[in-house]
Amino acid sequence: MDLKKRVEECLGPENLIVAMTECQGDLSVEVPKRSILDVMHLLRDTPDLSFNFLSDLLGMDNLDLYKAKKKPKKKAEGEAVEEEEPKEKGPLPPRFEVVYLLLCLERNERLQVKVRVPEDDMEVDSLNSMWKASDWPEREVFDMYGIRFKGHPNLKRLLMWDEFPAHPLRKDYPLEGQGEERHLVYEE
Amino acid sequence: MDDWLIAIIKVVCIWVWVLLIAVVMTWVERRGAGMMQDRPGPNRAGPFGLFQPIADGIKLFTKEEIIPLKAQKYLYILGPLLFSLPAFSAYAVVPFGDKIILGGKEIILQVSDVNIGFLFILAIGSMAVYGVILGGWGSTNKYSILGGLRSTAQMVSYEVPLGLALLAVVFVYGTFSLREISLAQQGTFLGILPNWGIFKQPLGFILFIVASYAEANRVPFDLPEAESEIVAGYHTEYGSMRLGLYLFGEYVNLVTISGVIVALYFGSWHIPYIDLGAYLGPVLWGIVSFCIFFLKVSFFLWLFVWVRWTLPRFRYDQVMGLGWRALIPLALFNIFITALFIQLTV
Amino acid sequence: MNQATSQIGQEQELGELVTINIGPSHPSMHGTLRIITLTDGESIVKADPEIGYLHRGVEKLGESLTYHQFIPITDRLNYCSAIPNNVSYEMAVEKLMGIEVPEKAQLIRVIMMELARIADHQVCIGILGVDLGAFTPFFYLIIQREEIYEIFEWFNGARLTNTFGRIGGVDADLPDDFEERWEELKPNVRKANDETEKLLTHNRIWMDRTIGVSAFSAEDALNWGFTGPCLRACGVKRDLRKDEPYCMYDRFNFEVPVGKNGDVFDRYIVRMIEMEQSLRIIDQAYKLYKEMPADAPLMARVPKVIKPPAGEVYSALESPNGELGFFVKSDGSANPYRIRIRPPCYMVFQAFHDLVQGEMVADLIACLSSLNVIAGELDR
Repeated sequence: MDLKKRVEECLGPENLIVAMTECQGDLSVEVPKRSILDVMHLLRDTPDLSFNFLSDLLGMDNLDLYKAKKKPKKKAEGEAVEEEEPKEKGPLPPRFEVVYLLLCLERNERLQVKVRVPEDDMEVDSLNSMWKASDWPEREVFDMYGIRFKGHPNLKRLLMWDEFPAHPLRKDYPLEGQGEERHLVYEE
Repeated sequence: MDDWLIAIIKVVCIWVWVLLIAVVMTWVERRGAGMMQDRPGPNRAGPFGLFQPIADGIKLFTKEEIIPLKAQKYLYILGPLLFSLPAFSAYAVVPFGDKIILGGKEIILQVSDVNIGFLFILAIGSMAVYGVILGGWGSTNKYSILGGLRSTAQMVSYEVPLGLALLAVVFVYGTFSLREISLAQQGTFLGILPNWGIFKQPLGFILFIVASYAEANRVPFDLPEAESEIVAGYHTEYGSMRLGLYLFGEYVNLVTISGVIVALYFGSWHIPYIDLGAYLGPVLWGIVSFCIFFLKVSFFLWLFVWVRWTLPRFRYDQVMGLGWRALIPLALFNIFITALFIQLTV
Repeated sequence: MNQATSQIGQEQELGELVTINIGPSHPSMHGTLRIITLTDGESIVKADPEIGYLHRGVEKLGESLTYHQFIPITDRLNYCSAIPNNVSYEMAVEKLMGIEVPEKAQLIRVIMMELARIADHQVCIGILGVDLGAFTPFFYLIIQREEIYEIFEWFNGARLTNTFGRIGGVDADLPDDFEERWEELKPNVRKANDETEKLLTHNRIWMDRTIGVSAFSAEDALNWGFTGPCLRACGVKRDLRKDEPYCMYDRFNFEVPVGKNGDVFDRYIVRMIEMEQSLRIIDQAYKLYKEMPADAPLMARVPKVIKPPAGEVYSALESPNGELGFFVKSDGSANPYRIRIRPPCYMVFQAFHDLVQGEMVADLIACLSSLNVIAGELDR
């Protein structure tokens, strides 16, 4: 059976599918944030799907996408519109995303599972209890975006130094950096 | 000439000669490495890179002598001395030829023929262990201490099979003196085999060679200096001439060990089946015996280089396991068999 | 200074455990990474790897460059074999845009990628030898790697970081004298591999040092996300060239070596066999290439300014280290919105504590060398 149908059959009955997209053959399923662990268990344990390999885990910041969406509206109105706070225009989709790339080793099928993370509740359940492969990728997502993972045994920064004050891969962090320096204190 | 003058001349000659060999060995090592690794090796400093040791020597001499702040000063300075001086002294009892008659006087080509022979070498060699441990401890550096400990344990452990193998030699020849053992290796036994130690003590020879590689800290037993694991072991914190003394002491050690192997097991200055001493005149025989001895020593020096660039190195527990669980029982077995043999044939 | 060291320092006060800090600058030639080891004598109680010393912000940089401008940056990820990185990225963008790469370009890509695979394995095995004290095989292998560099240089001018290929195909054809060079290189690589095997594989000391060291079970390896030679050494037959074929790999006949215990020896043998299989693949690819007409297209029809439609794809290929994947998200503009690089040795290195726990310090070095951890790929 087609992968899309199988995923719908598995996750659909529990109302776990928020959206499903397909791009150039890659199927992507968006699931609610609070039920990511259940979704993963279902995806792994259902014999029809058996996605038993976590290939990768990444974060995304969709801030620029929302800014870009506003521009065509202003042009269409043809008049100068004053700067409006995005909140006043109605709720935007959550700013951050965590994407999980799963793989079924036997059937060589891949699936992307997405979870949207709003800016005011940046905590997601960690997958460390299921796959130890999520150890460093989750640390890196925390390092780069600030999304915390509940239940991760060692959630520290990975690539930046431990006391680094910002989260570099966010869209509002400039490419040149903000001049943080690392002051090393040598003990006498 | 008085005897003491002759002795002084011999000491000076031997000192210079061993130093020269050690210096040339650095060149041989690097060119040999290049040859085995399909690359030229040093070829810039002089023809075939022959002046490379001089360049190295100048570099080491002219570098600044640094003592790390936290190092224990006297131990730090004493380490290299205790390591390299015994290496030179041990060569005093190794013969480098038969005798030569100059000006009516018969001079043996050996600095001093003491009757405790290689026992002296073993004793002096044990002093080198102090050099390693003082160097490692005095550097007050985690890696140096680790390296010093490893090296000390290794050297001490392998002295046992070394001594046991030599004990079997005593059984066969009845003397400790290297000169008398060398003299006894003339002629043949069993009709065709030369009287060389290797045929009388094959197992002993293998044990002695393996144990001496460990004593000299050469691959496959060179983990005290295992570069990629603990930087450079006990001589991490050393530079300039002190490091030079350590490295030099190593090469002099090699020369001494090769000399002992040749004297005990490889027939010293004898050629199989031909008794050259009877044909050549006394002066010529002195020179020829010296050349023969030196050729054999060079073969073993080349063997050290050859093995270094071929084999990987052991891990620490494997070294200890080999020494205690394999070599010592074999050495005891060797003694037992030798004693049995002598008892049955006498 | 660092939470990791202070944490280990506290543990150290409790017993007679010694903290050994390996790296970031270390004569062991693995790139800038740091392992803080807590040892009890010679055996390891805890090994905490720390990375980030070579972090260049490649993913952030990609968001401000165009799709073409990002190709040279992918070179510098796994700098021992740059070509699979380039091709992986190009394949991801081509997948996003729905471009079909012409066959001749695919064959050239295959030939170059397999040459890069041989080069990477040569370095890995050579360095494994050097770290264990066997200095000589390194030279035999490196000399052949220089010959491969010559081919790369003749192809597009760069030896190490070849910005190979373009989005949509390959920029130039193979050089005219490729056949002579290949016929000369092939037996030399085989000879160097033979000499290395003679020196190492049945050498008692080598076997003692590598068999049983950091053995890893297949379930653990899969749980930790291993791919590539490290996974195949554990006994799992998984190779993206066979399982999810790309670039005409389904037309070639080659074997996928699989080990048994997942120890250092198995990883070494798997890499040696893979080098031989790569030689076979290049032979077959070159034969197919010769049958192509001389004026077959090398590039698909690609617009000058690449603006993929909005969407996100993930595309992976089998690099010498494992599954090297690129997740590319486009928002319709000329700059990528998000590029994520899935480095194969990232997943392997995070399991380092499990790999070496209980082993000795000397084994740690052997294990680290056998994983082929490349800092450029780890930190991006």
